[in-house]
Amino acid sequence: MAELRFTESHEWVKAENGVASIGITRYAADQLGDIVHVELPQTGKKLEAGAEAAVVESVKAASELYAPLAGEVTDANRDLESDLSQINADPERAWFFRMKMSDAAQFDRLMTRQQYDDYLKGL
Amino acid sequence: MAEPGSALKRTPLHALHVSLGARMVPFAGYEMPVQYRAGILNEHLQTRKSAGLFDVSHMGQAFLQGSDPARALELVTPADLVGLRDGQMRYGLLLNSEGGIRDDFMVARLAGRPWLYLIVNAATKDSDFVYIAGHLNGAITIEPQAGRALLALQGPNAESVLSRHTEGASSLAFLNLAEMTVAGAPAIVSRSGYTGEDGFEISLASGDAEDVARKLLAEPEVLPVGLGARDTLRLEAGLCLYGHDIDETTSPIEADLAWTIGKRRKMARDFPAAERIIGQLMNGARRRRVGLMLKDKTPAREGAELVDAAGAGIGRVTSGGFGPSAGVPIAMGYVDADHAADGTELAAMVRGTARAAVVSPLPFVPHRYIRKSG
Repeated sequence: MAELRFTESHEWVKAENGVASIGITRYAADQLGDIVHVELPQTGKKLEAGAEAAVVESVKAASELYAPLAGEVTDANRDLESDLSQINADPERAWFFRMKMSDAAQFDRLMTRQQYDDYLKGL
Repeated sequence: MAEPGSALKRTPLHALHVSLGARMVPFAGYEMPVQYRAGILNEHLQTRKSAGLFDVSHMGQAFLQGSDPARALELVTPADLVGLRDGQMRYGLLLNSEGGIRDDFMVARLAGRPWLYLIVNAATKDSDFVYIAGHLNGAITIEPQAGRALLALQGPNAESVLSRHTEGASSLAFLNLAEMTVAGAPAIVSRSGYTGEDGFEISLASGDAEDVARKLLAEPEVLPVGLGARDTLRLEAGLCLYGHDIDETTSPIEADLAWTIGKRRKMARDFPAAERIIGQLMNGARRRRVGLMLKDKTPAREGAELVDAAGAGIGRVTSGGFGPSAGVPIAMGYVDADHAADGTELAAMVRGTARAAVVSPLPFVPHRYIRKSG
C-alpha cells in the first residue's frame, strides 16, 4: 500500500502513478465530529498548493480542505456524498478527490506519518 | 469566551463530564462539554426519541428578595410578573432603556416562598444582576445562587425516568414548578427546557448534583448531551440563543417575541421604551426574525448575508446549521419586513455562492410540551 503523507491543515495524501488522492486525517475527522455535507471540486479544476479545494460541513461548523500540492483535479468521490459516515468511520480510506500532480517533488516535502504524529503532539 | 490566560470556571459536574469522555470547550467563561462519545447527532436524536441529560449549571440562578419582587422586576421587563401564580414559571426579556434585549430569562414563583426564582444566561449573569439591582433602587435584593447546580432532563421519556426518582414530576404541567426530593436530594423541579421536547429542569445544591446526575444517567433511556446538541435542538425548536438571535440591538417585536409582553403591560405601557415597542407592535418593525430552510444541502451559518432574487442584501443569518431531525439545513435570521412572510423565496450567501432558501414557520420541529388543564 502506498505511503501516506500529511499536512499541517490535517489532509492526508496518497500518490500513485503521478496521481494524488486526498482526504482528511483521523484527527480532523474527530475534531469536526459528525459530518453532514461535503462540497467537492469540479473535475478539471486546476489548484495551486494551499488553495481551497473542498468544504467539509459538520454539525458544528464548515471547514475547508486545502490542496496539499499543485495539480489538476481528475476525479471527485461522489460516493462520499451518499454515505458521509465513512469519513468519520474510516477517514484514511475516504478520499475526497484525486489530482494529477504538477510536481511530484511536492509530495516528498509533505510530513511523514511520524512527523505528523509528532506535530499532533505539539498541538 | 474568557479572556486568554484567565482561568475557566467549572461546574460541579466537571469530573463526571471528563469521566464520560466529554470534549470540553470554553463557553461563557466555563469549561463545558460540547459533546460526549456518542457525538452531536446521536445525542440530538436520542433527546428527541428518548431522553438526554444536560448540565446547565453555568446558567445564572438567583433568588429575588423584597416586599414585592415581581412588581419591582417589571421595571426592566415587559413580562407580566405580578400575574405569575404560585408554581408558575414564565419566559421573559430583560430590556435596556432603548427597548433592546439585554438578556432573556426564566422567572418563577414557588408556593410558600417569598422570593422569585430567576434564571439568566451564563455569559450575562454578572452584568444582569448588577443591572437589575441598579435599576430597582433597592426594591429587591438579588441573591445569586452560585452554590446551586442545574440539570435539564429532556425528551419524551423524561417524565417516566424522573418519576422513578421523585414523586410529583408527572403532576407538573409545562412551565409549572415545585420543590421536591429527587433521588434523595432537595430540588426545585420545573417542567421546562430549551429543546422543544417535554422535560424538566432540576435545580439542586452543587454537592448533590453529581450523585443525582449519575442516577439519572444510569437509566437506560438517558444519554448525556452536550452543548453541541443543545444548540441544534433549540434551533430546530425555533428558540433564540442570546448574543446571536437576540441582543441589545434587537427589539422584542423584531425578534418575534411580542408574546412575552403581558396584556396588562401593553395597556399600561409601563416598561422600558414602551412607546417605541408598542409602535412597532402596531405598525410593524422594519425587520423581523424568521426561520429559513435551505433548499440544498449546504448549511448557511451565523453571519451569512441574505439576499433577494435580484441579489440585494435584505438581512443576515443569526443561527444556522444542519437540523438532525429536520433532515435539512435550517437557520434563523433577520430580514426586511417585506421579505418576512412564510414562503418568501430568498438566498443565503455561503462562500460567495447564493444558496436558495425559503422563509419557513418556526419551529422547524413541532414542540411536544405537556400542557395540562386545571
